[in-house]
Amino acid sequence: MSLQVVTANRLEDGLVVFLTSDGIWSENINDARIADGKEAADALLAEASAPELDIVIVGPYLIDVEQQGADIVPTKYREVLRTKGPSVREDLGYQAV
Amino acid sequence: MYRYDDFDRQLVHERTEQFREQVKRRLAGDITEEQFRPLRLMNGVYLQLHAYMLRVAVPYGTLRADQLRQLGMIARVYDKGYGHFTTRQNIQYNWPKLDEIPDALLDLAKVEMHAIQTSGNCIRNTTTDQYAGAAADEIEDPRPYCELIRQWSTFHPEFTYLPRKFKIAVTGSPNDRAAVKVHDIGLRMHQNDAGETGFEVMVGGGLGRTPFVGKTIRDFIGKNDLFSYLEAILRVYNRFGRRDNKYKARIKILVHEEGIDKIRELVEEEWAQIKDGSLRVDDAEIAHYIEQFAPPAFEALFDDDADFERHKSENRRFANWVRSNVIEHKQSGYAIANVSLKPIGGIPGDATDTQMELVADLSEKYSFGDVRVTHEQNLVLPHVKKADLFAVWSELDKANLGTANLGYVTDIISCPGLDYCALATARSIPLSQRISERFGDLDRQHDIGELKIKISGCINACGHHHVGHIGILGLDKRGKEFYQITLGGDASQDASIGKIAGAGFSEAEVVDAIESLVTKYIDIRESGERFIDTYRRVGMDPFKEVLYGDR
Repeated sequence: MSLQVVTANRLEDGLVVFLTSDGIWSENINDARIADGKEAADALLAEASAPELDIVIVGPYLIDVEQQGADIVPTKYREVLRTKGPSVREDLGYQAV
Repeated sequence: MYRYDDFDRQLVHERTEQFREQVKRRLAGDITEEQFRPLRLMNGVYLQLHAYMLRVAVPYGTLRADQLRQLGMIARVYDKGYGHFTTRQNIQYNWPKLDEIPDALLDLAKVEMHAIQTSGNCIRNTTTDQYAGAAADEIEDPRPYCELIRQWSTFHPEFTYLPRKFKIAVTGSPNDRAAVKVHDIGLRMHQNDAGETGFEVMVGGGLGRTPFVGKTIRDFIGKNDLFSYLEAILRVYNRFGRRDNKYKARIKILVHEEGIDKIRELVEEEWAQIKDGSLRVDDAEIAHYIEQFAPPAFEALFDDDADFERHKSENRRFANWVRSNVIEHKQSGYAIANVSLKPIGGIPGDATDTQMELVADLSEKYSFGDVRVTHEQNLVLPHVKKADLFAVWSELDKANLGTANLGYVTDIISCPGLDYCALATARSIPLSQRISERFGDLDRQHDIGELKIKISGCINACGHHHVGHIGILGLDKRGKEFYQITLGGDASQDASIGKIAGAGFSEAEVVDAIESLVTKYIDIRESGERFIDTYRRVGMDPFKEVLYGDR
């Protein structure tokens, strides 16, 4: 079964965020709510696309992920980079914290 | 150098205040992202992979010391202590916060800078030769014409919603350092049979997914008529350029589909209507702009300087830097000093806040406060006394800005790629770093000679891979990065589009593949040949064979 989470960029600073179970937006992908299957994913994206969220986040979309132990890891390298920061500047982005 | 007049100042301040209100309304929810997006793009604000990105215009690549110092301050205060100089002679900041960007723009306006014409389907910031006003080989300084193009094109009401973006580049020298043949319009200054100076006008060049070398639409246009002629081209493009398909909307597609003769006919017809109108610029006005870019107060010096020669003979590293990074100046006793932003293994085009401030200080002390940005992502101190070169290099070297590699294999153009860019399909920077490290030995770089490697992280070709002697295009193949190699590209007056060598290489294989190409070149080159010359003599096959063997 394909697992997905919703990601976006936060309006005020553009940083990468993920939709959590509590309906808030976290900088940590491990807080993300996982949708298992197409129906759940559609519902998750619909929630993230609610008009009132337009002043919180920009451009929500679904990404494929895998559960690796306690960690949620995107399957595409582009999205892995978004959870960390630039690979050429490990002192910047979430990986630096 | 050109200084703002009251009109420029008012225009930039009004724009800054408008954007402040737009950001406020966006954050308050009074306008949606859909409404806001075109507004932020008109002010150079993109949303990238990790954060917003602010692209600041450096008109025709010319900066004053106080402007570069301010760019350093903005890197420190509004970003994370660095900026990235781009292939369009601009600078980008990778981490600004949306609500702070209006303040950053206000700080830019204080030094007569802005982010106008750095995005959107308008006429973008005009680019030119980084050695303008200094080069020994130039006919005339191209910057007065660039400034007139800027004034004509900024907020041009008719050309604010073109089918697609539009880029103009100008060279005042027969040796094209501004890649004018791969721009929507390229202008090459030259003299006609009557001895008048004017421009060859080329149109429909470009890179991206459909690369073309520009075609000559008019061999000569006089200076007075240049602006009405540009207007005529833009009118034809605005009317006939395709709006049905984003990927076919650039003028290069129109020129390709209709043919240059047809486009020329339409442009001449349009031009006949407007050439005697308000866009005809008289000699007095041109002279006024030439005066704005008058040469600085050079001293009368002998071309030879004993101390300079002594430092070269005593210090091999300095001599190496002079060999690659110092270019002949038109004024006796002066030289053009290139500041490499390509330290071995570094990130091409990145400069820290303190590096920017240092170059600003050095320009004030040694180069009449004049700094240039190159489309190859380096900086230039255009007017340095030969007697001062050692002092300049010593200061640069201490700040990791003294790398002696201009034009060599490690002087790589690289777009930000997937490390930053939302459009990228693969990373560019790590590959440029690995190639730089592989070929870092300076003796080896001297042996290889001029070799232009250019890397793009997607088909949009911001890294100019199509015109690299060796071009590398990063793509995504089933979730993995892989790299396609092109050979034989050239951005100079002998412009050509590189040809794809064959199947792509994995991230692990690609540096070895580049090395095998270089080794082959060294094996088969004839005396005095650069890589591109050898390629043009022998063609693709010998290189293909080392890449693929029997594959």
